[in-house]
Amino acid sequence: MGSAIEVVLFLFMILLALYIARLRSLFAAAMLFGIFSLLAAGMQTMMDAVDVAFTEAAVGAGISTVLFLGALGLTTSEETRPVRHRLMGLVVVVATGLLLAYGTLDMPAYGDPDAPIHRHVAPHYLEDSVDEIGIPNVVTSVLASYRGYDTFGETTVVLTAAVGAILLLGGSGLIRPREEDEQGEADEEEGTG
Amino acid sequence: MSEPDAPDLESTTPIKMRVQETIVLRVVGKALVPFILLFALYVQFHGDYGPGGGFQAGVIFAAGLILHALIYGLDALRSRIPPVIVEIGIASGALLYGGVGLVSMFLGGEFLNYGVLDHHDPAHGQHLGILLVELGVGITVTFVMVAIFYSFAGRSRQ
Repeated sequence: MGSAIEVVLFLFMILLALYIARLRSLFAAAMLFGIFSLLAAGMQTMMDAVDVAFTEAAVGAGISTVLFLGALGLTTSEETRPVRHRLMGLVVVVATGLLLAYGTLDMPAYGDPDAPIHRHVAPHYLEDSVDEIGIPNVVTSVLASYRGYDTFGETTVVLTAAVGAILLLGGSGLIRPREEDEQGEADEEEGTG
Repeated sequence: MSEPDAPDLESTTPIKMRVQETIVLRVVGKALVPFILLFALYVQFHGDYGPGGGFQAGVIFAAGLILHALIYGLDALRSRIPPVIVEIGIASGALLYGGVGLVSMFLGGEFLNYGVLDHHDPAHGQHLGILLVELGVGITVTFVMVAIFYSFAGRSRQ
């Protein structure tokens, strides 16, 4: 039952990816990316990774779709036809895909309890985290406490993303090029009027 | 897909879209926003017991705010949450996270070892530390998403 749902979700994702690759309308592609993310979130729920599914649904299907639309407002909604390199791109994509598939051959089977990742520190987390950390959700214990450095680094990465966006696009209030500043203010006043 | 070809009617913000002109979308969206924000707070503070945590909560909270901006326009959200607040929020969340780490250092533990936050029960200190750290993550992620949205949506086509 569960695996049947997974197969259907996978099939839909593959079909959707192929369709998006062929699509010229960027508006439709942005919408289909949202659906793709929603399917991925369903996939992750099936794999009991609810936290990841949460994030995927909110970021992939929600916010990034809005950002795509915002970016589309700044450009055209039709993809320009590529001049060349089409065959080269196909070769690169197929080669990378084969390489990744070859890499999975070395990986332990899905859900294998003897996989190295389940035998290193995971038993300690599962058995002792309630006593050591005092909260029942092991995922939160690992993310926020045992791997607190990692999460701190991730937060910094997210912060850096915003700094980069503000510096490059200048949509925020404080940092903005001077000439654009007055023009931007004028535009805004027209907008509110 | 006549979106970009359509003349800018009243606003230069590209992300105004058609939501404002559709009464069904506007009413339904308006009713959803407070529940999305409340759900984000639930995900934030219930992360110790169920799935979720700072990152998820921040993203959901930001999604609620962005929905608000889609309904009422970018300027409405910008007047309620000015860019200055957003920029302070971006930094303060990460500073809260790092601050918890520094405090635990001053109390004699390692950086980000929350166990020392409570003298009597290390597990209690861990719980407190995780709560604060997740709050920091939530604050930063919320404002980062809003800042990126402002950057994209606040730019007019040249």
